[in-house]
This record gives sequence, C-alpha cells and structure tokens, in this order.
Amino acid sequence: MATNNGIQPLHLEQVSYAVRGRTLIDAIDATITAGERTIILGPNGAGKSLLLRLCHGLIAPTGGRVAWGGPFAREARKRQAMVFQRPVMLRRSAAANIDYALGLRGFSGADRKARLAEALRNTGLAELAGRPARVLSGGEQQRLALARAWALEPEVLFLDEPTANLDPAASREVERIIGAIHASGTKIVMTSHDLGQARRLADEVLFLHGGRLVERSPAEAFFERPRTDTADAFMRGELYW
Amino acid sequence: MVVVANAFGEALHLLTSFDAELMGIIGLSLQVSLGALVVAAAIGLPFGAALALYEFPGRRPIAVFLNALMGLPPVVVGLFVYLALSRAGPFGFFELLFTPTAMVIAQTILITPIIAALTRQLTEDLWREYGEQLRSLGSGAGRAIPTLLWDGRYALVTVLLAGLGRAMAEVGAVIIVGGNIAGYTRVMTTTIALETSKGNLSLALGLGIVLMLLALIVTAAAYLVRETAVRQLG
Repeated sequence: MATNNGIQPLHLEQVSYAVRGRTLIDAIDATITAGERTIILGPNGAGKSLLLRLCHGLIAPTGGRVAWGGPFAREARKRQAMVFQRPVMLRRSAAANIDYALGLRGFSGADRKARLAEALRNTGLAELAGRPARVLSGGEQQRLALARAWALEPEVLFLDEPTANLDPAASREVERIIGAIHASGTKIVMTSHDLGQARRLADEVLFLHGGRLVERSPAEAFFERPRTDTADAFMRGELYW
Repeated sequence: MVVVANAFGEALHLLTSFDAELMGIIGLSLQVSLGALVVAAAIGLPFGAALALYEFPGRRPIAVFLNALMGLPPVVVGLFVYLALSRAGPFGFFELLFTPTAMVIAQTILITPIIAALTRQLTEDLWREYGEQLRSLGSGAGRAIPTLLWDGRYALVTVLLAGLGRAMAEVGAVIIVGGNIAGYTRVMTTTIALETSKGNLSLALGLGIVLMLLALIVTAAAYLVRETAVRQLG
C-alpha cells in the first residue's frame, strides 16, 4: 500500500492565480498534511477546482509557490492522482483504460495485472471490464475513473466534485469507494459544494470564497460553529455569489 | 442526351466485359492513389498531431500555412515534381519521370497537407478534452500522440478518405509527371481527359461513372466500418 509520507506535506505559500488581471485565487497559505480527508468547500466560482489543479500541478500559480515537502518530493508527479468532475475515458474497454494508466506509470508484468484486477474488483467493475468505457453509465464511468486512480496507489488523491453529475445511489457508491481508498492509506483532497457530502466525508474543511481561504477548521468544529460569517451564511444557504 | 444514355450503356459494358486494359487502368489508379495515401498518412498523421500538441514559436503560422496548402493546385504540384524529377532536375538521376512512382510522389505531396491539417484540427480538439486527464496520469505531449490518434481513429478514417478522394480525383499532377502512357502510367482520370479530347464522349463518361462508383464504394465501406465501431465503442 501507499506509504504515507513520501511527498507530503503539501505547502501552499501565498499561492495566487490570475487571468487577464482578474485574481481567481488570492494569496492562499496552507499546509496540507498526510492522513485526514481534506474537503475544499465553497460555493460555485469560489476557486475550488482551480485550487485543486494548482495543488495537483496541472496549472502553475501566477504568484506564490506550491511545493511538496516530503523526502520524495521529486517524485511528486508520480505519487499523486486526480479524479475529475467529468471522467475522461479513452475509446477502449474499461480494463484497458486502467491498464493504460498503469502503463504510463511504468508498471509491468504480474504487478500490473494484479493491480488491474484488484482495482476492478474493489470498485465493483469486474463484470464490466470488457465493456467499452464510453458506453458505461455516468456512475460507472466515475467508478472506473476511481479504479484507474486507485490502481496507481497514489499517496495523494485529488477529487474534483466527483459526484456532481451523479444520482444519489451512484454518489453513495462513489463515496464508499473514496472511503475505501482513504482507508488503504491514501490522502484525500476533494472539492465539494455539497454540505451533506462534506459532513459525511470531511475530517477537515478548507472553506473557500471569492478565491480566498476564508476558514480552515476540523470538520466537526466547522459544521457546529463556523468561525466566519461567510461560512455560516454558506451553510444556511444564504451566501450569494 | 444521346451521349449520356450511351455513357451508361458504355459504363455497364465496361464493367461487365472485364476488359483487361480497363482493369489495368482501374488497378493502377487504385495502386497509385492508395500508395500516396499510405505515405501521406505515415507523414501527415504524426505531423498533424505533433503540431497540435507541442507548443513552440511559429506554431500558428505553420498551421495557417498548412491549411493554405490544402488548396494546392494539382497542376502546380505536377509541375514542381516534373522539374525535380526531369533529367536536368535535382533528382533526375533517379530516372523516375513518367513512372507510376513519380505519380505516387506527386499525389503524396498533394494530399499530405490535407491529412496533416485535418489531423491537427482533430487532435487539438481531442487534446482539449483529454489533456488534463492525460497530463494527470503522467503523459507528455509525445506520449499523447499515439493515444489521441488511436482515440480519434473513427474521425481519422474520414480524414484519410478525404485524402484518398482528392488523390483519385485529380488529373493535373499525374498527367504531367506520368505522361499518360498507355499500359504504364494511364489512370482513370487521364484516360477520361484523353478520350474527351479525342471526342469519345460516351467512353469518357462511362469511365467517369466507373470512377464515381469506385469512390462511392470506398466511402460507403468506410462509413459502415465507422458507424459499427462507434455504436459498439461509444
């Protein structure tokens, strides 16, 4: 299983992201450590997805610094994975989609086969392995995206609103799998605008609004008594963008 | 109108008689154009994809230039290849002028830009959809080229068909570099041009019908393959 402290913690130092003079992420300072499930919460347009992409390294900050602090920080690229809101599947079978990812990361032989089989089994996709990925339902595709990420046994898994397009049953299944991935030793960093989901999954909440990190608290404390008016308003459904 | 009526009779007669000379002409047409297609695809597919995926200075101008080359006039291509391959030309020592090989070269030059430009457009759209996911999985632009070409394979069939169609239909380039030598470099389009100039209108039109039939069969076959695959693979 994934080691817990190879590349972590993740340091965000005054991280900003601006496009054509508009600041979308505004000087965020945070250290994200191994272990807990971190949920980035906030209304639409708060900059959650952008922050996640900055953390994952898909985009570079226009100000500040994103840096991994662990002893294997140089291997950070290979030790993290991301699941997107809308899963991107290649035009090949479900199993081949996972196998493709394993190949890219340099797995081969028996190890590769074992990881593939285990990922399919763990996500309940074993029976759909041979089906073309693109004809699977939305929920099945998102499970496949999770299986693809899980097979890589990343140290950190980023998830961008993974249930935003799913029905309740499919969402529950995705949440179960996320729990299992976490239980296997992977750090979870996930965005959500869904309070119920955040309550179910979060150990720690980063509350984002207007590109700023407004509040960061342990989940229980955050939901019981938010320290800021903005977070309080968001939870009462009264925060308008 | 008599010409048209006769032409259909002629076409039917041509097809049912399995005339050896005609079969040779059809065979050479296919051979030359398919040969050009294979070479053009081998160059155009990876080049087009690379142009879409790699960012470097001058990329946009090259893409625009490539698009412009799609409209390359066949006679001009023929003329350049003629000059290059003629005795006095830089490649004269290969002695390729007035051979089927010269015709393949000319058609390759004609359709490679078409395949490259359309592939670039297609790959760029695919990269927009797949880019983040593939980069997240650890794929760079180089590794993404075969992945995207394979994922775009159904659309690329249409791209290849566009190239083949252009090659089979053109007459200007092959007539200059091939010389329309009977039994050696005579293809369908050059035969049509020749028969028309001789006043053999129904024969020319008959050949034209055969040519169009051929194009229809190839296109329909590719369409069916594509549709079946898309339905099964999504």
